[in-house]
Amino acid sequence: MSRLSALVLGARFALFGGREGWTRTLLTAVGVGLGVALLLATTAIPGALSERAARNTAREVPTAGVGAGSGADTLLIGLAETSYQGKWIRGRLLQPEGPEAPVPPGVTALPGKSEMVVSPALKSVLDSPGGALLRERLPYRVTGTIKDAGLLGPREMAYYAGSDTLASRKAASGDRSGITRVKAFDSQGAQQKIDPVLALLIVIIFVVLLMPVAVFIAAAVRFGGERRDRRLAALRLVGADRRGARRIAAGEALAGSVLGLALGTAFFLMGRQFVGDISVGDLNVFPRDVDPSPLLAMLVALAVPSAAVGVTLLALRGVVIEPLGVVRASTPRRRRMWWRLLPPLAGLGMLAPLMGRGRDHGTFNQVQVVSGAALLLIGVTALLPWLVEAVVRRLGSGGGVSWQLAVRRLQMSSGTAARLTNGIAVAVAGAIALQMLFSALEAEYVKRTGADTSRAQMEVPMGHLTPVEKSRQIRTLQETKGVTGTTTLGSAELGDRPRDPSLPTDMTIGSCTELSEVAELPSCQDGDVFLAQGGASSSNPVRSGAKLYFDPSLDDHKGIALPWTVPANIRDAQTRPDPAGAHRSGILATPGAVANAMRTPVFYTTYVQLDPHDGQAQDRVLNAAAANDPLERARVLREYGTTHQFANVRDGLYIGATAVLILIGASLLVSMLEQLRDRKKLLSALVAFGTRRTTLSWSVLWQTTVPVMLGLALATGIGLVLGAVLLRMTGRPVTVDWLPVAATAGMGGGVVLLVTALSLPPLWRLMRPDGLRTE
Amino acid sequence: MSIGHTLLGLLESGPRHGYDLKRAFDERFGHDRPLHYGQVYATMSRLLKNGLVEVDGIEAGGGPERKRYAITAAGVTDVEKWLEQPEKPDPYLQSTLYTKVVLALLTGRGASDLLDAQRAEHLRLMRTLTERKRHGDLSDQLICDHALFHLEADLRWLELTAARLDQLTAEVRA
Amino acid sequence: MMSGGPLLVARELRKSYGPTPALDGAEFSVRTGEVVAVMGPSGSGKSTLLHCLAGIVTPDSGTVTYDGRGLSAMPDAERSALRRTEFGFIFQFGQLVPELTCVENVALPLRLTGVKRREAERTALHWMDRLEVADLGPKRPGEVSGGQGQRVAVARSLVTSPRVIFADEPTGALDSFNGERVMTLLTEAARSSNTAVVLVTHEVRVAAYSDREVVVRDGKARDMTLERTK
Repeated sequence: MSRLSALVLGARFALFGGREGWTRTLLTAVGVGLGVALLLATTAIPGALSERAARNTAREVPTAGVGAGSGADTLLIGLAETSYQGKWIRGRLLQPEGPEAPVPPGVTALPGKSEMVVSPALKSVLDSPGGALLRERLPYRVTGTIKDAGLLGPREMAYYAGSDTLASRKAASGDRSGITRVKAFDSQGAQQKIDPVLALLIVIIFVVLLMPVAVFIAAAVRFGGERRDRRLAALRLVGADRRGARRIAAGEALAGSVLGLALGTAFFLMGRQFVGDISVGDLNVFPRDVDPSPLLAMLVALAVPSAAVGVTLLALRGVVIEPLGVVRASTPRRRRMWWRLLPPLAGLGMLAPLMGRGRDHGTFNQVQVVSGAALLLIGVTALLPWLVEAVVRRLGSGGGVSWQLAVRRLQMSSGTAARLTNGIAVAVAGAIALQMLFSALEAEYVKRTGADTSRAQMEVPMGHLTPVEKSRQIRTLQETKGVTGTTTLGSAELGDRPRDPSLPTDMTIGSCTELSEVAELPSCQDGDVFLAQGGASSSNPVRSGAKLYFDPSLDDHKGIALPWTVPANIRDAQTRPDPAGAHRSGILATPGAVANAMRTPVFYTTYVQLDPHDGQAQDRVLNAAAANDPLERARVLREYGTTHQFANVRDGLYIGATAVLILIGASLLVSMLEQLRDRKKLLSALVAFGTRRTTLSWSVLWQTTVPVMLGLALATGIGLVLGAVLLRMTGRPVTVDWLPVAATAGMGGGVVLLVTALSLPPLWRLMRPDGLRTE
Repeated sequence: MSIGHTLLGLLESGPRHGYDLKRAFDERFGHDRPLHYGQVYATMSRLLKNGLVEVDGIEAGGGPERKRYAITAAGVTDVEKWLEQPEKPDPYLQSTLYTKVVLALLTGRGASDLLDAQRAEHLRLMRTLTERKRHGDLSDQLICDHALFHLEADLRWLELTAARLDQLTAEVRA
Repeated sequence: MMSGGPLLVARELRKSYGPTPALDGAEFSVRTGEVVAVMGPSGSGKSTLLHCLAGIVTPDSGTVTYDGRGLSAMPDAERSALRRTEFGFIFQFGQLVPELTCVENVALPLRLTGVKRREAERTALHWMDRLEVADLGPKRPGEVSGGQGQRVAVARSLVTSPRVIFADEPTGALDSFNGERVMTLLTEAARSSNTAVVLVTHEVRVAAYSDREVVVRDGKARDMTLERTK
């Protein structure tokens, strides 16, 4: 039989080989397909993220090319970001200074005064009945939509609104106004570089997610292997030679995996349609962004079928297919440890030189990191069969019958047991390493803001206001429905000289009650002045009698330079964090002590308390704040702040890890049911002579528990090593937080127990006496 | 069975007296029917006449005939020829059982009762033989097996007939 | 040998798998120490009869009485216990646990009844010795021949000193020489320990090792001894 015709024959068996033939093929194809879809998705994610990053760069205000003076080609931009129902909305106020002003990407024409262009997602919220409060906040007429080129993802909410007040504000307060002047949007070199440690994390996540998928694909190719062997034996009987049988098996595997490749592509394309509807945190991309690079896609297309054939041939190595049946090597070669140690050691060797590299934001060689981590994780798959064999060989068969049955079965086919747990073990090892990296980094990327949400729930910056404006704005806030209290603090910066001061002194202005929000006042009445103690270092020693100046002149800013003398009765007061968590420093003054200073611009911030039962209170306050000044961004106080990037990475990991575990659990279930079905007759015979259900159930449980425990132990060990190496690479101290490690291992164990539990009902069904009826 | 050839064959291992020959024959082959001494005497005379055996010596005293016989070269050739010659298979075509079955059907009697009864009878004999086989020596076992296999063949035929009784009934009554 | 009344009696058994009846009014009895052959063409319901007698399946109607107790009325746990302690089983093939050694296989029924491992294996070796396979003790079933494996199975059926052994085509997968050897050893061991044997077979030469035969045809079985006692 020629090489090709054997392969074709195998493929025909796979596709047209009767019910049994194609169920096996379908099982393999679906398994491989799921793996391929996951592979394609993961290979597409870097591209998707960089596409998204490119669009972000394109629309952000460039730091370079900011024109100092106005011209026919300049545009003024003010940040007017807000949030609605807890979701972030990107907002910009625009004012062209001439007919040739640049237009942001995705926008065809600049909106005129009181007009705005919005993203489709924002438009649908504005048009919905639930968007009433938002319509109030953005009182502009919608004149157009922002196209995809100007958006990060289909669900992003964004608007550009026209304004005619930016120029005057910029003229009045200069850079302090936060308004920028630009000539163009196509900025270069201003790309936001992803933190190398986060980049490392992403790379590791890929390795950790992809390794189990590879193991899974290898397992999927083996689905129904024993039946296939029997069919091959029948072919040998009618004259196929040993090599021919192997080729037929290869053909079958090839057919299954090619079908799986097609299915996987279909799964991927179908799944991609839904990508636009899914947001991970604030991360949301367009379906067409999720586009695997052709090179990687081709690699997948070639690697999967060849791996399938490779695994099949490798599996057939220990099997002799004779015309009258399948002979498994009765005493399999004892597994040796030394070569199994090579991959993890090589992995360690590759990672070791990178240690300490991340401390000063150095970058990592990605190839080296990927290979090193992958090799370490491959170490789990390489060492596990040896470990299971070595331990199981030493296990006594004392104890109950169920234990004896389980141990003997493991001793006889420890390879099968190891193979079943491999995927879980690799996933758990990777997850533990990541877990360690995460808990170490969490302290840095997830900061405790210090905000005390029991004292105030929102912070509303109000800008530099005159006393009249201030009272009016505060009243507006206080009259807003759902607001139960406000605390307003003013802040000013005093100079030691009327112009170009060398040492600024901070001053916080508020009534006695308001000042008590930022310091422990011994006693207080209007007119008192305190010196804050214990705050952030204020290097300027304030002495009583010293002369300071409100609103000193600075560079191009012409200030009033109102003198103020530090009174003799100034007292020390211990600071406490304000509701937003900041410590005040410098002088704390009651209005009576600085009465005439109110003529100078003072920046006011109001801390707002809300009725906790009013779900719309936040948005009403935001409306009130926006009505006062859309360029000042009011915000909801949170006790923990998370860097957006970090949150995205973490959420992505959780989703991926869950998908991988479900996938592996499914393959585990399929293999277990297959094993049980092959033992139908034996199970019936055992039941006939009175074996209890519980005895057999326990034996199945032991049979999975023992290798799983070993697998998890090995996975924990290797995971801890990898985690420690990664921490050293990023220059963090190696600490182990045992709770999440145990939780991760427990989750892996849980999947196995669940699968075992699911396989018990079929086991009981197989234990019925029908199996004794001879065919 | 050819007694002449059997006795010749027994002589091949060495010369024997007539009485020894009878004893050896009975031991090996005469389970149900031992040889009469007269049969041995008559057979040996014929073989002597045909030159297949010769008298090796005569002992004095004791019994009337104490001749010792030895096989001749012609005798050895004769035994060889006999062993080479295949036995004619017995086809058992005109079996009484078959006659009984057909007659039972023709006369409207139940054939399956007949078959069951016959099977019971066969099995009874087979049990006896199996029992004897268990206590006997190797030659006993071989002889019994021969009979058992034949009886089994009968019963197999009976089973087959039983399975085809309906068809047979239709044919016989047609 | 034929002491006492019947140990196991079945009357009017009916059992269907789907629309086709496997048993359609079968009668059967066996006395203590008696070897009864159940004969009949394939598909006649021999195995179903054996499964009903052993309490592995419950008949649709009819009664099976063992030692004065009705099997159908027993809960499953009690029938399983009965099979562990009072009955022994031999099947055609596929009954030895491939990963256990031969001696462990033989000891298995004892261990299921709670006998300690060491003691169970000592008893097992004794029976393997009687079946002339004591030297196979540490080997796995995959490493011994069919005839040896079947002798191990016979030893296993005897190890609990059961009162009835159910043997379903015990020589079906063996050549006649090994088959006869297995039958000799089985019936000798059973007779010496006064164990009854229900022997399902389609081979008359195997049936010849019995004391008596019951023929099943089209799901019907007639037991002469029962008809006499009626």
